[in-house]
Amino acid sequence: MKTGRMRGGTPPAAVLETMQANDWIEKHVRTLFTLPALVFVVVMVAFPLGYTVVLSLRDWNLTTGSAPRWVWLGNYASLFADARFWAAMGRTLAFSFGAVAIETVLGVAVALFLNREMRGKNLTKTLFLLPMVATPVAVGMVWLLIFEPTIGLANHMLGLLHVDPQPWLTSRKTALVSLMLVDVWQWTPIIMLVTLAGLAILPRDPYDSARIDGAGPVQILRRITLPLVMPTVLVGILIRLIDALKTYDIIYSTTQGGPGESTETLNILGYVLGFSYFRMGLGAALIVLFVLTVTAVSLLVLALKNNVDRRVGW
Amino acid sequence: MPRNRTLRLFGSVMSYLLLAVILLVVCFPILWMLLASFKTQVQIQSPEHLFLFTPTGKNYAAVFQNYDFLKPILNSFIVAAGSTLIGLVIGLPASYAVSRYRMGTLGALILMIRFLPGITFLIPWFTIFSRIGLIDTYTALILSHLLINLPFIIWLMVPFFDAMPKELEESARVDGCYTVESFRRITLPLASPGAITGGLLAFVFSWNNFVFSMVLCGGRTKTLPLAVFNFVSYALIDWGALMAASVVITLPVLAIAFLTQRYIIQGLTAGAVKG
Repeated sequence: MKTGRMRGGTPPAAVLETMQANDWIEKHVRTLFTLPALVFVVVMVAFPLGYTVVLSLRDWNLTTGSAPRWVWLGNYASLFADARFWAAMGRTLAFSFGAVAIETVLGVAVALFLNREMRGKNLTKTLFLLPMVATPVAVGMVWLLIFEPTIGLANHMLGLLHVDPQPWLTSRKTALVSLMLVDVWQWTPIIMLVTLAGLAILPRDPYDSARIDGAGPVQILRRITLPLVMPTVLVGILIRLIDALKTYDIIYSTTQGGPGESTETLNILGYVLGFSYFRMGLGAALIVLFVLTVTAVSLLVLALKNNVDRRVGW
Repeated sequence: MPRNRTLRLFGSVMSYLLLAVILLVVCFPILWMLLASFKTQVQIQSPEHLFLFTPTGKNYAAVFQNYDFLKPILNSFIVAAGSTLIGLVIGLPASYAVSRYRMGTLGALILMIRFLPGITFLIPWFTIFSRIGLIDTYTALILSHLLINLPFIIWLMVPFFDAMPKELEESARVDGCYTVESFRRITLPLASPGAITGGLLAFVFSWNNFVFSMVLCGGRTKTLPLAVFNFVSYALIDWGALMAASVVITLPVLAIAFLTQRYIIQGLTAGAVKG
């Protein structure tokens, strides 16, 4: 039917219209392809971010039911004066830098160890994905069982080694460190994988000349391999550090910030202010400060990376 | 010479031993979850039954009968599948445009979202969604999960389109084919391995998401991570059932991970390596 109409003469108006429409689409294809994504970013990201900044300047307590009022920098001032905020900030930084430091050392070490012809290397890489992709809440639950002071495996193993049982997640002193252990288990693999990818593309020449000069394996590692792979490792550290600062699922699903406030990071405190105390303005102010902290740490690591890049001539 | 060979053999045995220890540490918690899910409460609490015990299926029965896990599984599936599909529909053309028309700024902007803490959006979303009555709806959850899926799909697909040969599309264009047509008929079929993997991984991220569900879910749309977490609020934790529930939520994720492993490594390490 359609082809019959097309044959001979001038095309009917309907066909002309679709042709014009197609031409119009062709002309604006760049915009049309990106518009839905852009709309999403504006509606779901940019607008909420702006809203948060405005909200951080207001006092709005959902529990009292009173209308929000402008307090300008009042929320920020009360956060700066609050010891609980600074404690959460300290914990967030200690948790992130501590865990990522251990992950870097372990991850680079394992990558150097695996960077050779070895059977089962691919299987190893696959299994290393397990901790990273497993559902965080489920991971939290199994560590809750492992760390359980009376029936958990952790204390059972310590008992076999004649070490006193530890309170793990149930004591103010050990809870944050226990969570760091979980983070190290979960995320050392990504540093390992990034480093391994970096090692695979190292140039051969420096090694050849080093061998001719009679350098030993330790010297080669210290003088050639580590400096050359450092830029890649630093990107891994950057990604990891940002994610560590944002850690939420593991902490909330195991301790909810407790015992007391001993594992309350900025993320958790933000949630508590907003959704336990319903202090929306104060919570928004904390979130703004939190985002600024994440940005500052990222810029710091990026500056460090540029410095290293320049030195190895990337 | 034989002495040298013995030494080398010893070295390689030691390396494999070390590898085995590393793998054991990496896999152990997941294995432990699996083991405990087949133990009774008594077996979990007694040190004699660490590895030797008669497995029971009661925990899995309890998860579905006493704790009614079917609904959260369905909810999680709807939200994950919905946000993944929309993520692909919006994300594939966008990543194609970013790649072909070198729209680096837009690409960088979308990637930046990945680095913002999820909690940043909770307060504004909660207040906005409650005002328009979207709390405890699939719509709100799917929209929120798009925040993770869309940047991820774009992050994965831009390099994928970059690496694809442009000759076929270009010759189609010369033959008078519209870009939309050449994208649909030539580019997309060629990109489908990447798109499918990206979709599967986006599904996993949505399936795993906890923080958005905590605030945007209600009784009707409670997702799996929230259902698992709610176990802990019972005074006496039913460890066996909790571990069975954890296995139920983790198993599909692990299956997808094994299917897509090559791309996960690529996706997780994207941008880290120049070259």
